[in-house]
Amino acid sequence: MAQVRTLDVVQDVQILPVERARGSVLGQFVRKKPLGAAGGVLVLLLVTTAVLADVLATHDPVRTSMNVLVAPGADAWLGTDNLGRDLYSRVIHGSRISLLVGLASTVVGTVIGGLIGLISGYAGGKTDLLSQRLMDIMQALPILVLALVLAASLGPSLTNAIIAISIPIVPRAARIIRASVLAIRGLTYVESARALGARHVRIALRHILPNTMGPFIVLATAQLGASILVEAALSFLGLGIPEPYPSWGRMLSIAAAEYAEKAPWLVIWPGLAISLAVFGTNLLGDALRDTLDPRLRGS
Amino acid sequence: MRGYVTKRLVIAGITLLGMSMVIFVLMRLAPGNIVDILFESAGYVDQADKKQLERELGVDRPLAVQYARWVGEVMRGDLGKSYRYDMPAWKIIKPRLPVTLELAFLALVFSVLLGVPFGVLSAVQQDRPLDYVLRILSLAGLSMPSFWLGMVVILLFVRALGWMPSVTYVSPFVDLKANLWQFTIPALAVGYRSSALIMRITRSAMLEVLREDYIRTAWAKGQRKTLVVWRHALKNASLPVLTVVGIEFAFLIGGLVVTETVFNLPGVARYLVDAIQLRDYPVVQNLTMFITVVVVLANLAVDLLYAWADPRIKYGSA
Repeated sequence: MAQVRTLDVVQDVQILPVERARGSVLGQFVRKKPLGAAGGVLVLLLVTTAVLADVLATHDPVRTSMNVLVAPGADAWLGTDNLGRDLYSRVIHGSRISLLVGLASTVVGTVIGGLIGLISGYAGGKTDLLSQRLMDIMQALPILVLALVLAASLGPSLTNAIIAISIPIVPRAARIIRASVLAIRGLTYVESARALGARHVRIALRHILPNTMGPFIVLATAQLGASILVEAALSFLGLGIPEPYPSWGRMLSIAAAEYAEKAPWLVIWPGLAISLAVFGTNLLGDALRDTLDPRLRGS
Repeated sequence: MRGYVTKRLVIAGITLLGMSMVIFVLMRLAPGNIVDILFESAGYVDQADKKQLERELGVDRPLAVQYARWVGEVMRGDLGKSYRYDMPAWKIIKPRLPVTLELAFLALVFSVLLGVPFGVLSAVQQDRPLDYVLRILSLAGLSMPSFWLGMVVILLFVRALGWMPSVTYVSPFVDLKANLWQFTIPALAVGYRSSALIMRITRSAMLEVLREDYIRTAWAKGQRKTLVVWRHALKNASLPVLTVVGIEFAFLIGGLVVTETVFNLPGVARYLVDAIQLRDYPVVQNLTMFITVVVVLANLAVDLLYAWADPRIKYGSA
């Protein structure tokens, strides 16, 4: 009887159409997630622009000239601003600031938050309770308001902007990593590692941490877009990146004040650059989440 | 149910207390105290005057004493004094409150009115062209800085219609139509972003619910599609949506900070930016605390609403 059953099962498996993985991992991703691939292209474009900014720019992004508020044309592809600086070159160089601040604050915020989440989820008990409450407290303020107050008390500088943007990310990262650590902690392989006499630090770092990488990558991609937006808002309000760095948000603040009507290109291009950069990371982040974390699919 | 409510109240209290400490410490990260800043802008410094003012403001006392004094003041509803305007901060905040509340309310209404129906449509039409279009639109909403969207809309109106947004604030009690005109566009600019998030959550919650057995039963009974989708499914999918509306409220206030600045609306969020730029730190400290209180109360309200709406919490199993 048992033998017959086994045979049945084997036959069933053979009848089912087996979907074989075709092509490379990248090829599959592009076929299954066309929107995510488009996001990937946008992110790649952002990175390339930032790396090759010196080559791509036609003018010095910070040098002023007498040709103020020139309309887009052959000399200045996207026009010039109120100080006669070439807008195209400034938008190109702005990608560096956006990417630098976005990446740095995302890495700092998610790594610190991730470690807190790992310790909190692994240790449990009072440590967990205490850090959970602390994260609750930090989440009581909107990201932008907390970053705004931080930036104001630290003073405007590149480093301070990165600190101000990374701190609000910490509780959000801690929460997600903690949840995934809690799920992994109870699995059999962790138990067997413990039974083999592995120390806590080794279990946490070697056995649990690598398995939180999926949610971690998803989280970091989503936060990258959010960080770029917060940087833009801070700089727009004059509390983020100080002059002379060409920051997209800062370009909008000067443009917004007086010249928008006379020179609409000052408003359109930096904002479009921010939107495309964030759109790209969001598209990519969504597709990565679907691929790496099936539980969150569609959310 | 009672245990749940008590727990939520205690957590809200702890959060407020903790945040007050965080804000207090943050405000003292900046080099120099408020007296230094006041005198710095005056140019001339008389040390005796400075000592006198330091004593008056209590900044010469130990930090713990300063903190206790501040918490006492806030608990009594005293929001301190603005040194820049030389008047009680509450007098400046009070006339600004209706502006921010109206903007936040309209933005929230827009975001729910847009987000929920589109989220349902997107779920029903999963992986069809309409779903893709709606998802791209919502992702675009999450990607555009709301202040930039506001600027572009103003620019379009000015260029195409020759219409200028009113430079001065119009009270709804003076001219309701003009007031709504003035608020609709900024509220849409902020609400678009929030609606995008609400749409995404509605979509995923609907997708989950639509796969459940009771929905299959409803289909099998031959019930009409509208009834199954909009009554049976949406009712159960609305719980996660409710949570997100609560969380969105906090984001919304963040969005108001820049939107009020772009549209030149004299609201509370705009005043926070002004106070920061003028380095009116006592006002920044109190206003930030005020925003924290509003956000914590909003989250508490959602938690309680959740308890009322979800029987699993009502009967204490969650």
